[in-house]
Amino acid sequence: MTVFEQSFDVLVVGGGNAGLCAAITAREAGARVLLLESAPYFYRGGNSRHTRNLRYMHDAADGIMTGPYREDEFWDDLLRVTKGKTDEPLARMMIRTSADLGSWMMARGVRFQPSLGGTLHLGRTNAFFLGGGKALVNAYYRKAEALGVAVVYEAEVTDLAIEDGRFVSAEVVHAGERHSVRASALVVAAGGFEANIPWLREHWGEAADNFIIRGTPYNQGHVLRLLLERGAMQVGDPRQCHAVAIDGRAPKFDGGICTRVDCVALGLVLNRHGLRFYDEGEDFWPKRYAIWGRLVAQQPGQVGYVLIDSKAVGKFMPTVFPALQAASIRELAGKLELDPDTVEATVTAYNSATRPGTFDWTVLDDCRTEGLDPPKSHWALPIDTPPYYGYLLRPGITFTYLGVGVDARARVLMADGTPSDNIAAAGEIMAGNVLGEGYIAGIGMTIGSVFGRLAGKEAATHGAH
Amino acid sequence: MALIDTVREAERLMTICNACRYCEGHCAVFPAMEMRLAFTEGDLSYLANLCHNCGACYAHCQYAPPHEFAVNVPVTLAELRAQSYQDYTWPPQMAGVFERNGLAVSLVTAASLSLFLLATALLVDPAVLFAVHADGDFYRIIPHDVMAGLFTAVSAYVVVAFAMGFRRFWQQTGESYASFGRPRPFLQAMRDSLTLRYLDGGAGDGCTYPTEAPSQSRRVYHHLTFYGFMLCFAATSAGTIYHYVFGWQAPYGYLSVPVVLGTTGGIGLLIGPAGLLWLKHKADPDAFGHGRRGMDTGFLALLFLTSLSGLLLLVLRETSAMGVLLAVHLGIVLGLFLTLPYGKFVHAIYRFAALVRYALERSRAAERPEA
Repeated sequence: MTVFEQSFDVLVVGGGNAGLCAAITAREAGARVLLLESAPYFYRGGNSRHTRNLRYMHDAADGIMTGPYREDEFWDDLLRVTKGKTDEPLARMMIRTSADLGSWMMARGVRFQPSLGGTLHLGRTNAFFLGGGKALVNAYYRKAEALGVAVVYEAEVTDLAIEDGRFVSAEVVHAGERHSVRASALVVAAGGFEANIPWLREHWGEAADNFIIRGTPYNQGHVLRLLLERGAMQVGDPRQCHAVAIDGRAPKFDGGICTRVDCVALGLVLNRHGLRFYDEGEDFWPKRYAIWGRLVAQQPGQVGYVLIDSKAVGKFMPTVFPALQAASIRELAGKLELDPDTVEATVTAYNSATRPGTFDWTVLDDCRTEGLDPPKSHWALPIDTPPYYGYLLRPGITFTYLGVGVDARARVLMADGTPSDNIAAAGEIMAGNVLGEGYIAGIGMTIGSVFGRLAGKEAATHGAH
Repeated sequence: MALIDTVREAERLMTICNACRYCEGHCAVFPAMEMRLAFTEGDLSYLANLCHNCGACYAHCQYAPPHEFAVNVPVTLAELRAQSYQDYTWPPQMAGVFERNGLAVSLVTAASLSLFLLATALLVDPAVLFAVHADGDFYRIIPHDVMAGLFTAVSAYVVVAFAMGFRRFWQQTGESYASFGRPRPFLQAMRDSLTLRYLDGGAGDGCTYPTEAPSQSRRVYHHLTFYGFMLCFAATSAGTIYHYVFGWQAPYGYLSVPVVLGTTGGIGLLIGPAGLLWLKHKADPDAFGHGRRGMDTGFLALLFLTSLSGLLLLVLRETSAMGVLLAVHLGIVLGLFLTLPYGKFVHAIYRFAALVRYALERSRAAERPEA
């Protein structure tokens, strides 16, 4: 008997962090669970395989994190980055429910490490997975399979039968064959649509062709679109996403963490015309990297150019591709294919606007510019010590925020606002409910883990008969 | 050519890993990598010898093949490590032995065995060789001075070869000999190697070997092998003290110190190498390579046979098989000793030296005032 002929209580679509949390929770509650992952084995786990940490509330240092991070502070951080585009009751519920995540995850095989290199400022708020996201994904799959969750890879959901807000069956294509899968409840955890360039183009125009997709090429958003077409409530802005400025030479898909370029705060960022466009030293890079993807996306040609001098070397994370190097600013401009006159003028204007201060890249120091627009508020040392280095930046999209509405039990809301009887959603596919805009490190995994568990619990109640 | 390619590949991988750093909690290789922005050949050789081949960084790598970055650190570092063994070999003319190590180990062992068998057959009166010696007296077959003289000479050679190899390794790191002797880093490295700290996966669950599920099995079998070996060494030392200090002649009773130590160690040396070979058989070749030149297998098989022949000799020492078994055992032991500097055993020298260097680098980083 093939897996598609067996009967299941809960069907989980999507095998990333959220889907795995849901499957494990539902199985632990006694439900018979089938998990469908559209990617092949190696690429299983969606974007979770590229993650490294999650943020959860805790009242005291807990051995994983260095100090307390309470509900109000978490909420304030979320409120600030989203500029209010969040659902407060839902977000606060999520924050409170996140408190036991560390121990819950450890009990299911996930391991954490003390926060080390390159993770400045996150040691108190974020827990780092030992070995990164793929280690977490592997641990969860081991756990799920040990519990008896059935897992099928390369299984694509091509249609959903939903009647009056009730899930009836899913059409699944696997190994070239079409199957109809019925279950008492459905959990959708199939991610966003960031790898679907035509869909991105609907909202970004031709600029979308210049986006680099940092994560899995399998997040096509097909299940999200199906749900929206079958009457689920849409939340979030289709243009909102977590996007960072990354090395322009990164692979089109799946480049992940190592394509980061962390020297923005130590240098200058120019656009294609050789002009600056934003305060590079506004705040610490870990707090600002999430706005730079959008900033670069809004520049002509969706490119940026970061310039540093040799004083910055060794003060930022090494890059996977070597920087372009030159003995003079003009030469570097040439290598970056920028107009040397403009670039030289931009750098000269900046250098003469810098004011003496005590440079310290570990604090918000007093090295800033005066009379420059836009200003550089911190770490504004003159760019004057050759050799000079340059990187091409492009927007790197991690995940999109357009999704389906959910309630506090992770039940999918239908267009009229009533919760679905037996459909729950978790992860990127519903992230827009709490994350309408902006980003804070590790929040995607918080959303996936909290709502994944809720969705699994909710779905299991339908299976128990 | 192959060496240059391996060095370039290791450099490429370390550049990717240094930009990612997700594996920094698994072992010493990645924190050591993070102390550098560029990688010389000496650095790479040091990192390769620091690697315990636990496989965690492969099992957890989002860039492993089929990803276009095709990152496989364990396999590349294993290749580089094997190359480094050749580079450090003393005398350098012997470096080629690493090329086809399994074959070399087999031939040397066969030769040693033949030597002992032939010598006993030619020099020992068959009546004595096949007699039952009620007291199990080995020296009636092979005189003590011959045995002791031969193995002392071979051991001296082995020690010199190790020392010269260590010297080449240490020179390439650019560290002084005085820093090798600094007590704290040295003791740290001792602790790390005696506990096989870097086979714990970073969280104490063990390494992702032979499959991606963390397991302590490799560590346990390695401990059995290593401590078994050390107990056998202790048994020999105790026997030497018995002989020269107290003037007590072998064979010793079943409850004597040398025999108890040797039997315990011998059991470890049976289970440990057998377990390691079994794990090796189960290990995914994509993750751990296809085995290099029979080096690991040859060494493990020899350890196993040393122990097996030794234990058989102990059990059957009062039968007519003793004479031949003694020759077989000594032949195998001679083969083991002769190939020690030219086989898998050398990992102990270079890994320990690499751990000392890592401890030195860590202590220097900690002493530096800047965060």
